[in-house]
Amino acid sequence: MKPVVRITSRTAVLPDENIDTDRIIPARFLTTTTRVGLGKLCFNDWRYLPDGSDNPAFPLNRPEAQGCSIVVAGRNFGCGSSREHAPWALLDYGIQAVLCSEIADIFRGNALKNGLLAIVIGEAEHRWLLDHPGIELTIDVQGQYIALPDGGRIAFALEPFARHCLLEGVDQLGYLLQHADAISAFESRSAEAA
Amino acid sequence: MSAKTLFEKIWDAHVVSPETADTPATLYIDLHLVHEVTSPQAFDELRARGLKLRRPDRTLATLDHSTPTLPPDASGERPYATPEAKAQVAQLETNTRAFGVQLQGWDSEARGIVHVIGPELGATQPGMTIVCGDSHTSTHGAFGALAFGIGTTEVGHVLATQCLLQRKPKTLAIEVDGRLPPGVGAKDLILHVIGRIGVAGGTGYVIEYRGEAVRALSMEERMTVCNMSIEAGARAGLIAPDDTTFDWLKGRERAPQGAAWDKAVAHWRTLHSDEGAQFDRVVHIDAGAIAPTVTWGTHPGAAIAIDAPVPAAANAVEQRALDYMRVAPGHAMAGNKVDVVFVGSCTNSRLPDLREAARVLRGRRVAEGVRMLVVPGSEAVRQAAEAEGLHTVFRAAGAEWRLPGCSMCIAMNGDMAQPGQLVVSTSNRNFEGRQGKGARTVLASPATAAASAVAGVIADPRPYLEEAAA
Ligand code: SF4
Repeated sequence: MKPVVRITSRTAVLPDENIDTDRIIPARFLTTTTRVGLGKLCFNDWRYLPDGSDNPAFPLNRPEAQGCSIVVAGRNFGCGSSREHAPWALLDYGIQAVLCSEIADIFRGNALKNGLLAIVIGEAEHRWLLDHPGIELTIDVQGQYIALPDGGRIAFALEPFARHCLLEGVDQLGYLLQHADAISAFESRSAEAA
Repeated sequence: MSAKTLFEKIWDAHVVSPETADTPATLYIDLHLVHEVTSPQAFDELRARGLKLRRPDRTLATLDHSTPTLPPDASGERPYATPEAKAQVAQLETNTRAFGVQLQGWDSEARGIVHVIGPELGATQPGMTIVCGDSHTSTHGAFGALAFGIGTTEVGHVLATQCLLQRKPKTLAIEVDGRLPPGVGAKDLILHVIGRIGVAGGTGYVIEYRGEAVRALSMEERMTVCNMSIEAGARAGLIAPDDTTFDWLKGRERAPQGAAWDKAVAHWRTLHSDEGAQFDRVVHIDAGAIAPTVTWGTHPGAAIAIDAPVPAAANAVEQRALDYMRVAPGHAMAGNKVDVVFVGSCTNSRLPDLREAARVLRGRRVAEGVRMLVVPGSEAVRQAAEAEGLHTVFRAAGAEWRLPGCSMCIAMNGDMAQPGQLVVSTSNRNFEGRQGKGARTVLASPATAAASAVAGVIADPRPYLEEAAA
């Protein structure tokens, strides 16, 4: 994974609550065996009209949303399935961060492991960001804050290990593999107990 | 020793290295279930790094999501929805062969939906940690196991190290007091619970279902309840094992045998929350007040009694859900016209679920213009159902009897509804498009689904069940 230290972008807003992983990438596209190229399928059934043209009602299709890599989404973003195709699709579509007052557990874990900043913020700040689309934000992973255009800051919590991995581009499998001896010791202990 | 919850006992027994302020715990995984959709990229990762599978003996694979539920043609060719679906299945066959994983493939008598076959084989056992690249892994919590869904990166972690990096979640006790009324089952209970606590009500928690009504549930019913924990946002839901659990597991292929069985049961009897153990949150539910429950909106928390009026939209999101579902606030869900009925999925495709549907359908017909699909959860369920003649009941009623698989629960295998069709489904997700683009899903129990198939409109199953009993 490439390190993710700081992201600056205007925001686009997807105000719907409970945007589930089937909306992020419909299940019928999960027959893929790779993780690349899913961006064109991201939000497929919402984003395109039946004839394949862009749906003007999809917020990210609006002209002012073009080039935005930070999405402010309605409560409980990413609920539903464990498919990692959801963060893969979002990243490939050009989204680098999702801000929300509540984010589903599995999605958030999957997102952070892939360098997609799934960040939980307070309800008041969330409300304000939902009401102010298009403002430029800088998300600082090191400092754990979001810088607002007026100089204000929104602090956020990030699990320390996830933060470390983002900043250093650490590969978690590599970290786990270093525990091989402890894992073997655990396995022999449980074999004896059984 | 201080009082511990069931969850804490299982967690503590699996910590390889404890969590610190800077790092999560390394948690040992006893059983890793694998299917074709969320594993290809993980096996590729192992290959790219030249890693072996650490514990093939703790890994069990099946084919379920992308698999067609219609039989092969005369040439033996299976009717895959797309060439990609076929390739994905072939890739799991290749990967399991290359890495030495036991696969319940097309030729296996034990093939089926991953969350149906783990318990059936006795691979799912109390006190275990169980994971799968699938959010409904929570199903296995019915046996008093800590079971949760993971992403594909984590599938790779478990393949390579048999471990996961995890922060300890919080605990939520759902105490279901009293008894469920006649004609009201596990599916109604869990839909009611999600309606109460909301689709994010369990986020960050492991749920333990407790109380008289939960103790009274069969294993299959407990699986239905735990299965939908994720629909309340909780990654895991569990129920303390008891004699119901042990009786169900005894003699199954992978369950301990002989002296090892007695020893295991003695240990399993210690797996319950101690008197005085503290939960981070407790919710009480009155079982006696639950009616047959269905969903009216586009997430599983939009659940109400079948005869209760659909609530008016409280905001734009709910209005969008009402518009999508084309249901009118102020009216009950009962009476809405039905196009498709689906009985199946890891929530409700086990033998008692099929019996429940058959009880309603016996001697009746699926209404004109309604398509009904009955899809057993596994080969074992299919064979047991056919041995009892349930398939003839379904066929005589005009329903289709299919081969095991996820089928219309996820609509990535050729089984799907058409845009605008209303599906009464025993599955677990009523998200927009889940059962086909534009399809409208109403979640319900097998009895409600079957009653709705007969009535042609969403129908309360109780009169049908009473008549069947008479
Ligand atoms: S039946 Fe549905 S919910 Fe269960 S594993 Fe299959 S797709 Fe997932």
